Amino acid sequence: MLAPALVLLLVFTIYPMFAAGYMSLFQINMATRQQMVWAGFANYQQLFASPLFRQVMKNTFVFAFGTVPFSIGLAMYLAVQLNRRFRGSALFRTIFFYPTVIPMMSAATIWLFMYTPQYGVVNRLLVLFGFGELNLLGNSATALPAIMLMTVWKDAGYFMLFYLAGLQNLPAELYEAAELDGASPWAQFRRLTLPLLMPTTLFVTTVSLINSFKTVDQLFLMTAGGPNNATNLLLYHLYEQAFSFYDRGVAAALTVILVVILMILAIIQNQWVDKRIHYN
Amino acid sequence: MLLAVLLLMLAGCGGRSTSPGSQSGGQNSSVEISFYYPVAVGGPLTKLIEDMAAQFTKENPDIVVKPVFSGNYADTLTKVQTLIQGGQTPDVAVLLSTDVYTLVDSDAIIPLTDLINADPDGTSYIADFFPAFMANSRIGDTVYGIPFQRSMIVMYYNKELLSQAGFSEPPRNWDELVAAGKAITKPDAGIWGIKIPSDGYPYWMAQVFAIQSGRNLMNDDGTEVYFNSPENLQGVSFMRDLIFTHKVMPEGVISWASTPTDFISGKVGMIYHSSGSLTNITNSANFPFGVAFLPAGPKGYGAPTGGGNFYIFKGIGEAKQQAAWKFIRFMTEPERLAQWSLDTGYVAPRQASWDTQLMKDAVAKDPNYGVARDQLQYARAELSVHNNPQVYKIYNDQIQAIVNGQKGVPEALEEAQRQAEAVLAPFGR
Repeated sequence: MLAPALVLLLVFTIYPMFAAGYMSLFQINMATRQQMVWAGFANYQQLFASPLFRQVMKNTFVFAFGTVPFSIGLAMYLAVQLNRRFRGSALFRTIFFYPTVIPMMSAATIWLFMYTPQYGVVNRLLVLFGFGELNLLGNSATALPAIMLMTVWKDAGYFMLFYLAGLQNLPAELYEAAELDGASPWAQFRRLTLPLLMPTTLFVTTVSLINSFKTVDQLFLMTAGGPNNATNLLLYHLYEQAFSFYDRGVAAALTVILVVILMILAIIQNQWVDKRIHYN
Repeated sequence: MLLAVLLLMLAGCGGRSTSPGSQSGGQNSSVEISFYYPVAVGGPLTKLIEDMAAQFTKENPDIVVKPVFSGNYADTLTKVQTLIQGGQTPDVAVLLSTDVYTLVDSDAIIPLTDLINADPDGTSYIADFFPAFMANSRIGDTVYGIPFQRSMIVMYYNKELLSQAGFSEPPRNWDELVAAGKAITKPDAGIWGIKIPSDGYPYWMAQVFAIQSGRNLMNDDGTEVYFNSPENLQGVSFMRDLIFTHKVMPEGVISWASTPTDFISGKVGMIYHSSGSLTNITNSANFPFGVAFLPAGPKGYGAPTGGGNFYIFKGIGEAKQQAAWKFIRFMTEPERLAQWSLDTGYVAPRQASWDTQLMKDAVAKDPNYGVARDQLQYARAELSVHNNPQVYKIYNDQIQAIVNGQKGVPEALEEAQRQAEAVLAPFGR
C-alpha cells in the first residue's frame, strides 16, 4: 500500500533532487552554448564568491528571521483576543483570516497599488499624519521591509487559526485555578498560555521559516528583485539564473543550496522540536 | 488505485507531446502553426491579434494559426525557451528585437535569408523597413527578425501644466527641459516636472542620454559595451542631476507601469515613455497633451528603438517554416501594419505603411501619431549584445543604484563596465 506514495515521492522529489545535484557539477549555459561541461564545484565556488549571491542570502535570512517572529507574535495575539466569544468575534476572525484565502498574486496587486507613490493608500495616510511621501518599493532601504510587512499581513491569519485550535484545547480548569489564585491576565498568559502553546508555536515557527525561504510570487509582481537587488531572494535569484540567464548549472547549484537549507529546517523540526514538546 | 491514476497521467502527458500538425483530421494539407506573442503596452491587443490570425486563416484556409498570449516580453522568451527545451518547439513568435543574440546563441531560430530570396519582391520588402528598425534585426548582414511592433521612446507633455508654468512650446533640449521641469514641479501639490521610469527597462531609458551625448552603448557585433565612456558618463550624470540637483524628478525607482497613469492623472508634466503608450494615453487623458522629440542633448536628438520582431524557429520542418513566413508577410503588409500601429501606438516599421491613406488621414487628424516616425531619423539601435539578459541586469542594477542615491555615476558605470566585460569575455574575438 506504500507503493503509490513511494512512486510519487521518487518521481517528483527524490529523482529531481539527485538530478539537480548532478547537474550542479557541470557548466550548462545556453547563452554560451555549453552543454554538460564538467566543472566539479566551480558553480558553487562562483556562487560563494559572487557579491550578488551574498546579498541574496543576506536578504533571504533578513526576510526569514524578520517576518517569522512578527507573523507568529501577531497570530498569537489575535488568537488570544479572538478566543473568547464576544459579539462580532466571528466577523473579526473572518477579517483576519481573509488575507490567507486570497492568492498571493492578488495580495501583491493590492499592496502594489497601496504602496504606489502619491496616490497609494499608504502614502495618503503618511501625508495625512504629517509625514512626507515615500516611494516605499522604489527605495533600496524600504523595499524589503515593505515586502516583509505585506508578507506578515498575509500569513498572520493562517497561523492565527493554528493558535485558535491550540487554545481551544487548553483545559479551562487551569485558568479557573489561576483566577482563584488572583493571577492577572498577563501572568496567566505568560505562565499558562505561552508554555502550553509551545507545540503550536514550534510547529508554526518551522512552517513559517520554510515558507519564507520559498517566497517568490510577490517579488515578480512588486519589485522584480529590485531596486538594485534589495528584494532579491533565493528562489527569485534561482529563477533568474535558470530562465533569464539560462545558466542551468548555476541554477542547479542554487537548487541544491535551497534544498539543503529546507532539509535542515525540516530535520530540526522533526528531531529537536518534537522531543521538546510536552504532551498532556 | 493511486498508481493507476499516476499511470493515466503519464500516458496523458505522452499523448500531448506529439506535434499538433499530425493530429489535425479533416484536410490533409492543413498546417497548424503556433504563434506566441507578448503584450507589453496597455490596450485590448489580444483581441486584435486573434482577429488578425483568424483573418489570415480565412484567406489561407490550409494554414491554421494558433495565437498564444504569453505575458510580457520576458515571459514570452521564457515560455519559448522552455518549450524548446521540452521538445515542443513553437513555430513563430514575436520577441524583443534585442533577443536576437540570445536566440541565435541557443540555436533556436533560422536566418531568414532563403525565405527572403525566394520571394520575388523579397529584397524590396526588406528595403522598405526603416533602417533604424533593421539595425536590431540583423547580425552582420544576415536578417533574423522582421520588425512588427516596434517602438521608440518619446516625450509626452501636458499642455495645460506647461502653459500654466509659462511655456507654450515643449522643451527642445536639456536646458529647456530643466527649466520647464523646475517651473512645473510643485512638491506640495504632489506635481512633478518629469518622470523617467527606472524599473522594467531602466537600461532603455538611460540609453537615450548615451545616444544624445554622442556614443551608443555597444558595437555592432554585440561583443563590446561602452558603459564607462565619457559620453555615457555625461548622459547618465544629466539624468541623475534631474533627480538630485534640479529636483524635477522624484528619487527612487519610478515604476514603468504607473508613469502613464501619473501622467493621465495630471501628477507629472512630462514623461519619457514608449510610443506604444500613445493610444492608451489618447483615450484616457482629459486634458490637451502633445508628443514631442526627446529634448536634444549635446550631440542632438536621439532615441533607442525598441519593441518586437517576428522570428521563425528551427527544427519545425519545411512546411511549417513556409507557413510561418506566409503569416509574417501577411502580418507585415503595409495596410495591416498601419492599422496595428493606430490601434496600439506602435510605430509602423515600413515606409509603405506611412503612405497608406489610412495612416495619412490619421496623422492629419492627430499629429501626435507622426512624431515617432519623424524622430526615426535620429534613432539608433537598442542595447543588444551576447548574453543579453545578464548584461541588461548588470546595467539595470547600476542605474537603479544611481537613481536611489546609493552610488555616484562614475562608480556605478565603472562597475557596470567591469561586470559586463566579464560576462562578454567568452564572445570576444
